[in-house]
Amino acid sequence: MATNPNAPVAFTRDQLDWLPWVEPVAEEALTPRQVEALVDAARAKSPYFRLLARDPDALEHRTRTDKDIFYNTDAGAPRADRELAAAAVSRFNGCIYCASVHARFAATYAKREADVDRLLVEGVGADLGEHWNAVVAAAVALTSIPMTFGPEHVARLRAVGMDDLAIADVIQSAAFFNWANRLMLSLGEPAAKG
Amino acid sequence: MTTSETDVIDALVGIAPGSPLDAVRARRPAARTHAQASYRALLTPAEPGDFTIAERFAVAAYVAGLHREAATAAHYAAGLAVHGGAALAATVEQAVAETRAEGPKGRYPAGPLSVEDTEPPAFALSTPVAAALGPKLAAALAHAHYLVFHPRDAAPERFQPLYAAGWTADTIVSLSQLVSFLAFQIRVVAGLAVLRAAG
Repeated sequence: MATNPNAPVAFTRDQLDWLPWVEPVAEEALTPRQVEALVDAARAKSPYFRLLARDPDALEHRTRTDKDIFYNTDAGAPRADRELAAAAVSRFNGCIYCASVHARFAATYAKREADVDRLLVEGVGADLGEHWNAVVAAAVALTSIPMTFGPEHVARLRAVGMDDLAIADVIQSAAFFNWANRLMLSLGEPAAKG
Repeated sequence: MTTSETDVIDALVGIAPGSPLDAVRARRPAARTHAQASYRALLTPAEPGDFTIAERFAVAAYVAGLHREAATAAHYAAGLAVHGGAALAATVEQAVAETRAEGPKGRYPAGPLSVEDTEPPAFALSTPVAAALGPKLAAALAHAHYLVFHPRDAAPERFQPLYAAGWTADTIVSLSQLVSFLAFQIRVVAGLAVLRAAG
């Protein structure tokens, strides 16, 4: 449970801080290999990435996997759909911090703030129209244990016009947030910006 | 990296070179390469430090078993038999059987989300399984169980049993990355397998 007085108690699109529970590497103590593993030098300011820098190889490959799944613009699912999958997984697992970041991105890329807010408030059962409902249902089915993702989810995504590359993007985006949520949730906590 | 290295996701899904899904994965080349590099970094690092390869495969076989995805679970069970021995593999298989549950569950910070709170699944190993694992691995499996099934029950106190069993800040990060990476890899395999079967 959260230990800071500014911990958010609801899902939000607001910018949040993240406070580590395990000591990050101090910025001035980062080794050249750890700096390289941050991929973006600006991440030396982030306690989250300096904490993950304790295992630089795992951090670097996590980050490069993440960037290709979300930022590769060569066809496939639109960025908004990938971000929606990330936000839906975060909402379903209960990662308030991750949901805030990717709800902001989904809302920005799709220009659909009201729908994104409905997802945050009502949860993954919110009615967002068939295209987004299909994406959320697929993301949730992949996140549940046992997983319930099946041919009906593929058929539903195809029915809204997604090809196999776009469907693979939804699968990888949802899968990746099962990775990200567990790190952000367990290694620290969110705080409203003071 | 050697060119002969098998891509674990491709192998578990059954993606043949030149197949339609091979072409789909080739459009996200960095995700493919670095998912595999993550596997290598977390399961078979050149310098495993205080988190041995056998311990890594024990955690992985446990996490994969909890997800009930046959192909991936078999891969890690076989890896554990190679790196940790048949006895440890049998012990981990029993730990999976004793602690299998459903997710995601857990509680939110008190407030409007409390109506969504669900009871977290219990983690209780039998005495012989806990004894065979030893305190360090038993603590790791307890932490993995919470990360797999109810990560929103996060709290800083959850690290105390790990520290007490010999885990350090560095190896806690590696353990957290391993469990969390597996949550990704297992789902990519499951999702792409459905897509492959859909033709």
